[in-house]
Amino acid sequence: MGLRLTCGGNTLSAHGTVIIDTEICKGCELCIEACPPRVLTMSSVVNRLGYQYPELQDGCTGCAACQLFCPDFVFEVFRRPRAAAATTKEQS
Amino acid sequence: MTSTNTELKVIGQQLPDLLLTAHHHMCPGCGEPLALRGCLESISDLGLSQRTIAVAGIGCYTSFSMTTDLDLVQALHGRAPSVATGVKRMLPDSIVYTLQGDGDMVNEGLQEVLHAAARGENITCVLLNNGVFGETGGHMTATTVLGQRTKNSLEGRDPTYHGFPILIGDLIAQLEGAAYVARGSVHNAGSVARTAKMFRRAFEVQMRGEGFSFVEVLTMCPTGWFIPTIEGPQYMQDTLGEVHIMGELKVDGVIHTTDELHAQNVLKAAEMEKALARGGIDT
Repeated sequence: MGLRLTCGGNTLSAHGTVIIDTEICKGCELCIEACPPRVLTMSSVVNRLGYQYPELQDGCTGCAACQLFCPDFVFEVFRRPRAAAATTKEQS
Repeated sequence: MTSTNTELKVIGQQLPDLLLTAHHHMCPGCGEPLALRGCLESISDLGLSQRTIAVAGIGCYTSFSMTTDLDLVQALHGRAPSVATGVKRMLPDSIVYTLQGDGDMVNEGLQEVLHAAARGENITCVLLNNGVFGETGGHMTATTVLGQRTKNSLEGRDPTYHGFPILIGDLIAQLEGAAYVARGSVHNAGSVARTAKMFRRAFEVQMRGEGFSFVEVLTMCPTGWFIPTIEGPQYMQDTLGEVHIMGELKVDGVIHTTDELHAQNVLKAAEMEKALARGGIDT
């Protein structure tokens, strides 16, 4: 049984993004409160353990607060250098 | 799209290097994996992976002994500091740390940890303090604070009947043999990062051979506290956090008082909010 990974919405203009390993999430919702830009929301569907899992909306800053605060080791966080993100934003 | 992907830099790894799998048996909202991450990451960052020996007590965290990629000894309930003493004396070049809960360290094995600290054994003891026996159903321990609800203090802990809590960090800081004593917490991302630094300093003290080092981490146990997972961090701040003050209780032989730690915490919280507003915690 493979793992389902989700990578959030429009990441082109964002400074960072996260990969969410949804199948091992236990739905504690700690990341929702921990996220400073508030871009994580709980899903309306459940994973195979029967828990709702977080989904990424646009606007991630790559601060890694969710990764530091996740008890189930669900998040992997990536960040883009500030200059590169700004250029992409101008182009789009 | 491909060119932008190559620019992405990994800021936070999904798993610490020393943990084999992300699957574990902890309840949702548990604080113990957060503390364990800080501990394991500081070991691998300091380059100690090949010579570290862990000694685990009895508790929920004991199930990590199957998935931690370190040499590990399983001790009897509360006896981890004594086992660690033996390991360290036979293998002086190794780095030895114990992983214990509050029920294990403060209820079952208070004498073991106090004597190990008083002897100044060159080991690191890690206490995951949540104020309840999480593994056996959430009943009261010696560190449960006054007024806290547990399975056998349903009206809240009453000092006339249940007695007063033991502040184990403050107790150990008074002992001559203790070189470094700190109390961390995992109630938000900033405190997790701060606790990881405490782990790092504790292991550095052991590497320099200065004596006993002790890190206490306040962790959430929503299952044992009968609360929703989302309320765990705030509940912990309001109960355990009010009595067990976070901070470095003893550094380089200087003991810090509760008032000093309170003042430091206010400053740190303001700094952390600014850092998060800027968009990043650099640990």
